[in-house]
Amino acid sequence: MTPPLQPASLAELTDAVRSAPRVLAVGAGTKSRLAAVDAVKISTTRLTGVIEYEPAEFTFTAFAGTPLREIAATLARSGQYLPFDPPLVESGATLGGTVATGLNGPGRFHFGGARDFILGVRFVDGAGRLLRAGGKVVKNSAGFDLPKFFCGSLGRFGILAEITFKVFPRTESTLTLAVPVADADAAAQIFTAAANTRWELDALDLLPDGKTICLRLAGPTPALLAIAPEIFSRWPGQILPATDAESIWSELREFRWAHPDGLLAKAAITPATWPALDRSLRSLDNARAHVSAGGNLAFISLPSPAQASILDQSLRERELTAVTLRGACPLWLGAHSHPKIALAVKAALDPENRFPGLDD
Amino acid sequence: MSAAVLHRLANLLPPDRLLERPEQLGAYESDGLTAFRARPLAVAIPESADEVIALVRFCHAEKLPFVARGSGTSLSGGSLPVAGGIVIALNRLNRILRLDPAQRLAIVEPGVINSQVSQAAIPHGLHYAPDPSSQSICTIGGNVAFNAGGAHCLKHGMTSNHVLGIKAVLATGEVVTWGGPSRENIGPDWCGLFTGNEGLFGIALEITLQLLPRAECFHTVLAGYRTLEQAGDAVSAIIASGLFPGAIEIMDALALQAAQAAVHADYPPGCEAVLIVELEGPREVVAAQRGRLDEIIAASKPIEARPARDADERAAIWKGRKSAFSAVGRLSPDFIVQDGVVPRRRLGEALRRINEMSREAGIRCGNVFHAGDGNLHPLILFDGREVGALERAEALAGQIIKMCVEMGGSITGEHGVGMEKRDYLALMFNPDEMDCLQRIRAAYDPLGIANPGKMFPGGEGAGPPSHGLHPLEKAGLLSRE
Repeated sequence: MTPPLQPASLAELTDAVRSAPRVLAVGAGTKSRLAAVDAVKISTTRLTGVIEYEPAEFTFTAFAGTPLREIAATLARSGQYLPFDPPLVESGATLGGTVATGLNGPGRFHFGGARDFILGVRFVDGAGRLLRAGGKVVKNSAGFDLPKFFCGSLGRFGILAEITFKVFPRTESTLTLAVPVADADAAAQIFTAAANTRWELDALDLLPDGKTICLRLAGPTPALLAIAPEIFSRWPGQILPATDAESIWSELREFRWAHPDGLLAKAAITPATWPALDRSLRSLDNARAHVSAGGNLAFISLPSPAQASILDQSLRERELTAVTLRGACPLWLGAHSHPKIALAVKAALDPENRFPGLDD
Repeated sequence: MSAAVLHRLANLLPPDRLLERPEQLGAYESDGLTAFRARPLAVAIPESADEVIALVRFCHAEKLPFVARGSGTSLSGGSLPVAGGIVIALNRLNRILRLDPAQRLAIVEPGVINSQVSQAAIPHGLHYAPDPSSQSICTIGGNVAFNAGGAHCLKHGMTSNHVLGIKAVLATGEVVTWGGPSRENIGPDWCGLFTGNEGLFGIALEITLQLLPRAECFHTVLAGYRTLEQAGDAVSAIIASGLFPGAIEIMDALALQAAQAAVHADYPPGCEAVLIVELEGPREVVAAQRGRLDEIIAASKPIEARPARDADERAAIWKGRKSAFSAVGRLSPDFIVQDGVVPRRRLGEALRRINEMSREAGIRCGNVFHAGDGNLHPLILFDGREVGALERAEALAGQIIKMCVEMGGSITGEHGVGMEKRDYLALMFNPDEMDCLQRIRAAYDPLGIANPGKMFPGGEGAGPPSHGLHPLEKAGLLSRE
């Protein structure tokens, strides 16, 4: 296999796109399935660095290949953060790969996902043109919202070069409450009830053990300590020591709970669909799942990619969809189809089919 | 030709829901941007999604331009009719199809009024966050088409951030369904791309909206300042403190004077600018933060700071703020509302330059703006009966737009490009980028029949300029922001 091209400038990036009939951008490779496509790879690892950062504006612009770790550190120096809590920060994931996958972490619960914080992009279309879409200010509605569209587009419509994001000030502190649950039904009930309260939870997750719900509060410490007893009066549990809490959230963010060589998929679900999906996962040997964002997002891990077809069937029956992040399995699992307009937009941005197809 | 088309169109709807007579068409000739007017061939009033689909497919087969319309509150001329085309008025598709408090979502038809969604959700402790000033009259379909904003965008985002799913008929007649009840999305964000399409892609038939729990507690402060600059400095200090208010708004002297006249709003005497800041959250969190906000405001040396002591006082503060636009409008027979965005740190400079430009042009200009997100709303006053007045007002508007782009901002924060700013989109995007946007438009609408003449420069023009308040504004039903 040809080694990836490694453009070090935007001009080299457009040249790289034009250099082969089929190309795909890759970042740090933390979501290996996405790059497992027959195409010349264009690595973004040399297109790296924060280009502009104005803490007072709540915005930054960085090259697509910038590691999230670097961005998180830069933002932290000004007391800010990416509220959608992107996964795989410590594993080296890049900003571009995170956007292309539309990948969000537990913090997605409160303020939304990457699509809710992206403001603008520069990208290379299939004709090798470097184009701008969106803007660099926190509010803008000029032109079609291509930046949002690129979230989850998997490099099939363009290669991201620069990305502008909105960020938020980080709250003074967080407090994680662990609540034991008997089963998925009980978890679903807490997801539904806890999401409609006055508490404004920062995260609401079911751990891969299937037995513990973690509720995260964010704000001034005295306020959080005052709210916690009210939560425990509904669902008894305990406040986790800060170091334990951080190691749990870090384990979730980095997918350390997942089978290292198996299938890892991200599914869009609802609290109401989770119990039935959980039952069907239990029929699969050693299936694990981390349910995040108050029961709207499930990361599912199976020890063997060969089990993908059963998961596919199970999702399909419930009209749910997932995308494979790791493992030699189909890209999409579950209910999935491309309306005519999807192919028309693909043709508009990539007239020569230089990027892989929607199902590759 | 038009008579033949109308004859065929009449097969789709009963006569009382197909308006053709001039006296029936008058109310549809203009929208919130009253400076433009155009007479459509007919106005179709469907009552179901199937009828909308049939109308769009008819337009596609006949290559007949169509403009979808809700309450006609667009400030960018987004629902201005196309002469020789039809208007599809969606007001009767006004059902909340499903309100699901457990999933915290509402599935609505496009003609549902923005504030009705919150009204339906409030008994369940929920609300629909986007709150444009016209929320008591504007429709969700229009909010989706133009990605409407409001006073709480910095923290809660725009319409687009609250749309989970869309069923739409595209200009080709294709019916698509994107997204669904989950907050999470798999694959490209088709809902995100559709929201803000300005009616150029097609018509949304069903929209799934996320609902949020209502904040338990608010701390709303109104502070009056001697100068706009002091108010602007207070905003910078609040942002720098790490506090994260749900809304930060500023009104200038002209806006204050108008709000006082219109709704008897009461402001500290002698102030040239008013700042409104609102913290929100659980009571314990607000209690822990309100003292800091009060200290920061005190340090910014206001003439007077007035924290709202109860829900009524908070409502009064917001009433004054939200009425400011139509109130300023009453000071003048005609006006244009601008919607540019500048980086927040350059707000003071932007306001100074707008004042200078307005003085040089001899045109009065009021300012109400979302200071938290740098979204300006200069309101340019003119009298359309004076020869050349509209042109002079538009020239000033153009200067302000160019300034926003030069400062690294945008020509529009929340009103959209529409008819009004179509000649300025190319200030933000180069020819290749404009071509890219056109190609995407053509993918959705190869015939160019969906709201033609909007967003892109040139193309189909509007009719002769008009002037005066919108009929709904005269009736006090519409306010512009």
